[in-house]
Amino acid sequence: MVASEIRLSANGIRKTPPGADGAAEGIVRSSRSNPGVCRRELLITTAMTLLFSATSARALVVKGSLPWGPSAGTPPTAVRPGPWAYFTPEEGAAVEALVDRLIPPDPETPGGKDAGCAVFIDRQLAGSYGSAEGLYMHGPFADGTPEQGDQSPLTPAARYRQALAALDKYCRATYGGKPFAQIPDDEKDKVLSALEKDQVQLEGTSGRAFFEYLLQNTREGFFADPVYGGNRDMVGWKMIGFPGARYDYRDWVERHNERYPLPPIGVAGRPE
Amino acid sequence: MRNLMTLALAACVIGLAAARAAEDNQAFAKIERGRYLAVLGDCTSCHTAPGGKPFAGGAALETPFGALFGPNITPDVATGIGAWTESDLWRAMHEGIGRDGIRLYPAMPYPAYTKVTREDVSAIWAYLRTLEPVRNEVQPNQLRFPFNVRRPTTSTWDLINFKPGVFQPDPAKSDLWNRGAYLVEGLGHCGTCHTPKNITGGDRGGEALRGALLQDWYAPDLTADPRMGIESWSTEDIVRYLKTGANSFDIASGPMAEAVENSTSHMTDADLLAIATYLKDRAPRSANTAIALAHDATRMVAGKAIYEDHCAACHISSGAGVPNLFPRLAQAPLVQSTDPTSLIRVVLIGSRAVATSAAPTAPAMPSFGWNLSDTEIADVLTYVRNTWGNAASAVQPADVTTLRGRVSR
Amino acid sequence: MMRKLPATDVVIVGLGWTGSILAHELTGAGLNVVAIERGPWRDTATDFPPAYAQDELRYRIRHDLFLRPEQLTMTFRNNASQTALPIRSWGSFMPPNGVGGGGVHWNAETWRFLPSDFELRTHLVGRYGEKFLPEDMTIQDWGITYDDLEPHYDKFEYLCGTSGKAGNIKGRIQAGGNPFEGARSREYPTPPQKQPYGPTLFAQAAQEMGYKPFPQPSGNLSQAYTNPLGVTIGPCTYCGFCEWFGCGNYSKASPQTTILPALIRRPNFEARTQCEVSKINLDRSGKRATGVTYVDTSGNEWEQPADLVLLCAFQLFNVHLLLHSGVGKPYDPRTGEGVIGRNYSYQVTSSVGAFFDDKIFNPFIASGSIGMCIDEFNGDNFDHGPHGFVGGGYMGAVQTNGRPIQTGRTPRATPRWGAEWKKAVAKSYLSSYETVTHGSCYSYRDVYLDLDPTYTDRFGRKLMRLTFDFHDNELKMSTYLTDRLAEVTQKMGPRQLEKHPRRGPYDVTVYQTTHTCGGAIMGVEPKTSALNRYLQSWEVPNLFVMGATAFPQNPGYNPTDTVGALAYWAADAIVNRYLKSPGSLVQI
Repeated sequence: MVASEIRLSANGIRKTPPGADGAAEGIVRSSRSNPGVCRRELLITTAMTLLFSATSARALVVKGSLPWGPSAGTPPTAVRPGPWAYFTPEEGAAVEALVDRLIPPDPETPGGKDAGCAVFIDRQLAGSYGSAEGLYMHGPFADGTPEQGDQSPLTPAARYRQALAALDKYCRATYGGKPFAQIPDDEKDKVLSALEKDQVQLEGTSGRAFFEYLLQNTREGFFADPVYGGNRDMVGWKMIGFPGARYDYRDWVERHNERYPLPPIGVAGRPE
Repeated sequence: MRNLMTLALAACVIGLAAARAAEDNQAFAKIERGRYLAVLGDCTSCHTAPGGKPFAGGAALETPFGALFGPNITPDVATGIGAWTESDLWRAMHEGIGRDGIRLYPAMPYPAYTKVTREDVSAIWAYLRTLEPVRNEVQPNQLRFPFNVRRPTTSTWDLINFKPGVFQPDPAKSDLWNRGAYLVEGLGHCGTCHTPKNITGGDRGGEALRGALLQDWYAPDLTADPRMGIESWSTEDIVRYLKTGANSFDIASGPMAEAVENSTSHMTDADLLAIATYLKDRAPRSANTAIALAHDATRMVAGKAIYEDHCAACHISSGAGVPNLFPRLAQAPLVQSTDPTSLIRVVLIGSRAVATSAAPTAPAMPSFGWNLSDTEIADVLTYVRNTWGNAASAVQPADVTTLRGRVSR
Repeated sequence: MMRKLPATDVVIVGLGWTGSILAHELTGAGLNVVAIERGPWRDTATDFPPAYAQDELRYRIRHDLFLRPEQLTMTFRNNASQTALPIRSWGSFMPPNGVGGGGVHWNAETWRFLPSDFELRTHLVGRYGEKFLPEDMTIQDWGITYDDLEPHYDKFEYLCGTSGKAGNIKGRIQAGGNPFEGARSREYPTPPQKQPYGPTLFAQAAQEMGYKPFPQPSGNLSQAYTNPLGVTIGPCTYCGFCEWFGCGNYSKASPQTTILPALIRRPNFEARTQCEVSKINLDRSGKRATGVTYVDTSGNEWEQPADLVLLCAFQLFNVHLLLHSGVGKPYDPRTGEGVIGRNYSYQVTSSVGAFFDDKIFNPFIASGSIGMCIDEFNGDNFDHGPHGFVGGGYMGAVQTNGRPIQTGRTPRATPRWGAEWKKAVAKSYLSSYETVTHGSCYSYRDVYLDLDPTYTDRFGRKLMRLTFDFHDNELKMSTYLTDRLAEVTQKMGPRQLEKHPRRGPYDVTVYQTTHTCGGAIMGVEPKTSALNRYLQSWEVPNLFVMGATAFPQNPGYNPTDTVGALAYWAADAIVNRYLKSPGSLVQI
């Protein structure tokens, strides 16, 4: 989700200088027509030009006017239904079962599975979140205090893979060969409670740390904008009365103790 | 004797210097006037490339027939107009004929510039001669065949569309009005964008300044039409708009942003007042009525919901906008224009407003092309065009589809 | 291979609030200014338009606007007996990134500090005696007074268009404002924002208890405003996506909405983005900065010579650059000597949760800084004698958001998942409320910043090491403030009330505030401060350091108004004093 560079052209009118040969490729420049290019800028331009082309985010010299380009911006890409992007079928089944116990269905509101929480987590793990993009992942790795935060060398995606395998192994050993997804609901809850209280030792990984990740990601899937694959039909938002991506409550600030009447919307629009 | 000679010589020198100074002052005044006239004519818009040296050759002007580039008009002999004479410039501006006798393309707005007086052209010439000569080869004509073929000195186009002749003041009108008319019809070449064009690209007779489509922007009606024109704008509103790029109704964007930035924001208040006075006196289209669509029409209901979800946070649920920041939509001329192209365009790909020293904010409309479908854009624009006292034709999803194909990256 | 660029008059490191202010003032004085910014260019319609700015997952949870720890982070430990480990993902505070800096994602709470805050040690010792202060507390006077800063507070607030109600104009107490504030020269530029239900109830309760509630000063504007630079800011729409987010409709004061449109038009200004300054260069004497070295996105090094170097990065990174560049003597907690890294401080926040049966608060109708507050328990506005601590904070009902991933508020005994949790969230979302305190954090001998011996950044530079924990004085203060807050909140009539005073140890994983302070503080003498009263380095007079880096300790308010005022104060000193006679502006 790193904001990508904006291509510039004055006021949205595409103008190409005569003989433009892509010499400015690599450095995006905001320029007004008047000042001309001074020597110093030229120096930077040519020097940077040679070295910039391969990188996605590029240095930008901004001068004269605010950068802008048509269709500028980095809107989210909507998650499409379909097969798992990261999970194996077994992992997918386990996560669907897990999220449906963390947020069980009730007569008013679907549970985590039907709300799309597993799809949400799958797509998140397949993307930059799953690969710990942007986080400081250099060693040495050492266990610290809880106040020092997570020090694991594992990416979230790797953590899920390891923990889900260990969880099924634990369940198969404990529940007559059945993986987590196939044990009764009350037993599922017991396993989850034990994970939360650090009473189950998963092979090669911390069950409690996994539980915390899973709980956080499940809540995210239940309450995040539906564009990411969870919160299907905005069920999470409807359950609590959150109007979603609305951006104007001026008429409502001083209407105290009244229920806001309009249905929720997402960044990509209203539910169909 | 010797002393006397010296004295005489000295007197002579002083006299010469004084004469030269007077001449210099005169020359300076003329050059300075020429510089201002070049601003009035917005020469830089076509003759200076983005980031390029002033007047050393310009950016592409996309036309339906291919691209034209503003030539280098610095005094460089090889690549500019260093070899030209003042008469050559006069001929180009007044008759649309270049130094080599070639008929210019009307992208050079000589049908408007022909109205400029000889005296003003002479001042522009004096100014252009003071520019730094820049060696920069520009191939102005990059039109597609057959349009790139050298134009004959007497072309059919000019027979239909071009009448050479310096502006003639109307003695029945005030000096102010006449100055405005001279600027609007001449150097200001407002009609180049704002006057509807015939099939050949020439001005349609009798429809001056009634709004026209150009480069996927709709240049709005500048007549005193109560709905689509500027009848509701006072002369002060017009002056403020041209001076700062913004007034309580609207903010300049698109090609007009450029015109404000390069040209109108640098005009004197007297000239702006003259332009406003003349524009306020333009007769509107006749029999120009429209009835707003019913508020319970399906598309209006859908459009209202989209407006509340996506637009009201800036333009306000009443369509009132915020001066200098978010254009007013209620009873706004551009919103009710016959042709909704500009509206579709800014919703699809956004737009940046002009920045001027007086109003530097330069707010931008974000793009909604990624999350609103063609039908949704058509619906919300139909709603905006037919509520708060607005009335205009519905926008068709097909229009949005067509424009999306053209303007989306 | 480093390439040397032609010299400029001024190089600015970081184009946030202070960098923008300094650039505007100094280009206005005719100097050529180059600003070098580590992050990307950012603007409203291109980077956080209201078409998708309101995305909690992307911005609040996944930190999209913030610096990536991979690019630069720091290590942390609670005390010197521990081994510091890297902060791998942000938690307690959120270092900004990109043009606009923290000004893009702040709440816009725009408070002035109290007059006594600037002369803290003198004031407290005068009132309570030296012995009243903890032995290891290292609080100091700032070297300036509130009156010195007042015109610059005024200038920053009129730049922003701050919405509020004055409590003291030229010494006259104004009804409806904060009666404890220092005298201001005039009313706020715009009236207060509208108040939702929760703050209204809080204000009624506080009033009944004899307190003087007032609207929190807000940089989210109650109405459109055109500032002295000619830039127009829009009216806030109470969307509830403010802090952690960029404002999509130009209604939150930020460099983007107040300065940059005017600054960018100056022909003597240039910004280079995606370029990270790696070092301040000094001449052989070590007493003069020759410019900076920066690295572009391809890893190429550039040297930018300049006559004047202004550090305008986020507080922690200013200190990191000073330590890494060898400007000034690093602080040594064993001897108490050295000034770079000294007097790091933070903020002490706490809250009270209240659960109601009969009320709908609509928490999503919010702005980063609406709310009703009381200031009876801030600074030294009350007698600390009986309580055995110093410091304080404001408290109130500040309705910043109802974003559901973050806000899932449930009563204490509720399980964290399952059917019961789900039911409790559904019930509590609209009908619960949280009130907050925002308290001071004073400085101590064993709280400091230095370079880490083990961990390095992508250039191989040592990361900075943060050694910090709350001290008893602050925890006592938080308990006291939270108890007072609970009394007012109780009067709002909840079914159930929960106090959450700040408790130790300090946890770097839980968001508290981004108000990290100090490390290169201003003061009256070079032995105990890195900067003089004009934010000029004692040691390298052509280097100025902006921001909360200069706070000797942190009062019980949000820092940005003071950060902005100090930037104007320093700009004024540079233009009217330094340029006339370059050199140290304070002779010792």
